Amino acid sequence: MERNDPRSRSDAYGSRINRSHSPLLANVVPWVSIVIGSILPIFPIAAALPMIPPLGLLMLLGWRLVRPGLLPVWAGMPLGFVDDLYSGQPFGFAILTWSLVMLAIELIETRLPWRAFWQDWFTAGILILAYLVTGWLFSGGQPTIHSLVALVPQLVITILLFPVAARLVATLDRLRLHRWRAV
Amino acid sequence: MAPTGSRRSGYSRRAQYNLFTGYVIAGAGALVGAILLALSFFQPQLFGGLRGAAHESVSPATETAATVRTGSKGFWDTITGYYRAGSKNAALQREMEIARIRLAEAAAVKQENARLKGLLGLSDSEVKPVAVARLVGSTSSSTRRFAYLGAGSDQGVAIGMPVRSPRGIVGRILETSSNSARVLLLTDTESVLPVRRAKDEVVAFAEGRGDGLLRIKLINLGINPLKPGDVFVTSGAGGYYPPGIAVAIVTEITDDGGLARIVSDPAATDFVSVEPIYEPDAAIGAATPIERELGD
Repeated sequence: MERNDPRSRSDAYGSRINRSHSPLLANVVPWVSIVIGSILPIFPIAAALPMIPPLGLLMLLGWRLVRPGLLPVWAGMPLGFVDDLYSGQPFGFAILTWSLVMLAIELIETRLPWRAFWQDWFTAGILILAYLVTGWLFSGGQPTIHSLVALVPQLVITILLFPVAARLVATLDRLRLHRWRAV
Repeated sequence: MAPTGSRRSGYSRRAQYNLFTGYVIAGAGALVGAILLALSFFQPQLFGGLRGAAHESVSPATETAATVRTGSKGFWDTITGYYRAGSKNAALQREMEIARIRLAEAAAVKQENARLKGLLGLSDSEVKPVAVARLVGSTSSSTRRFAYLGAGSDQGVAIGMPVRSPRGIVGRILETSSNSARVLLLTDTESVLPVRRAKDEVVAFAEGRGDGLLRIKLINLGINPLKPGDVFVTSGAGGYYPPGIAVAIVTEITDDGGLARIVSDPAATDFVSVEPIYEPDAAIGAATPIERELGD
């Protein structure tokens, strides 16, 4: 049978014979990818505008909307704690907003159980808008109209990047469930 | 995507409790976040230690990235230098000849300055920087404009010290940990800097607007004397910054002053130096509320 089709005994996650998933990888990949997303924006030096999208939030939304049921409802608290250490917002901001984001998506999911991708994108866009405007309001600095205008490029880039984040999450999910372990 | 079945707990008590506990923890998390947020509004430095430790844990990566960033910038400058090299070279040579003449004049002025200061009995001591380090990162996704410095209290960096590049002022130290420090950049909305016009004594405050520009607010209102192209330097008032360091160039005139662009872009600098607070006594005096009397 293998002579006719070498992939006959394997699926998208690799060979189904004498291979198994790695439990460590399967559990750790979503959390680590979100934490990396939180850390990445500190690398570039942005002196004028907030240019880089909040990549940690984008990854959180990606995992929550592309793979519902994987992250627990309370995931916003520990992940927000890590984001707060690096984001530059006052401490506690991400713990609060990320917890609220998880609860909001949970609520939306009970109302609209069957969704298409563009509906998820719409949800993510509304949440990103709310998150960035709240961040402008509670930044610890003076919320001037000019800094609100300066937020627009970041907002547009972040909303447009959501599909990319969703594809990245899908790729990471395949990696996560690949059968690495030989049994 | 189809919903997963995990939300329907069915008749299983365990599943029901798990689900309920999840919601309780999520709600408690939001509440804890709100309390921490309120705390950090009243005490912004409260979690500085945690943040400092977090930044030092990623400092090998940020230091490497900073080295690569400044290195690659030099590489691009080298390549763009070849574009119209001939005409640029001629223009630079003309400019340098004039600059040489001006430099000679400046040397004469400096010599005269030293002589006059000697007559008055003023001592002119060179300020030695506390530390020289790279800007290793910034809060590029937040509304606030902070940068992170690769030196901390182990190198002698303390809160309030001015940070400058060869071109001009970059910002002020806001938080220190043992090997890293947080810098409040001039463009942040909380940053206010006393400045004066370089060519005369027009004094003003330079406030960050939050969109990369500085707002120059004149102290003496009346006819606005500013013109686009005016250079503002630090005035030394307040005691934090030494006087005479370039800050900003006016680009636009408003009713009570102008809008200015910063001279020293932190993204374009290689190394920055941290200098001691110019007049610590004046800085302490300025930070003390009016109601309380200063001790001797």
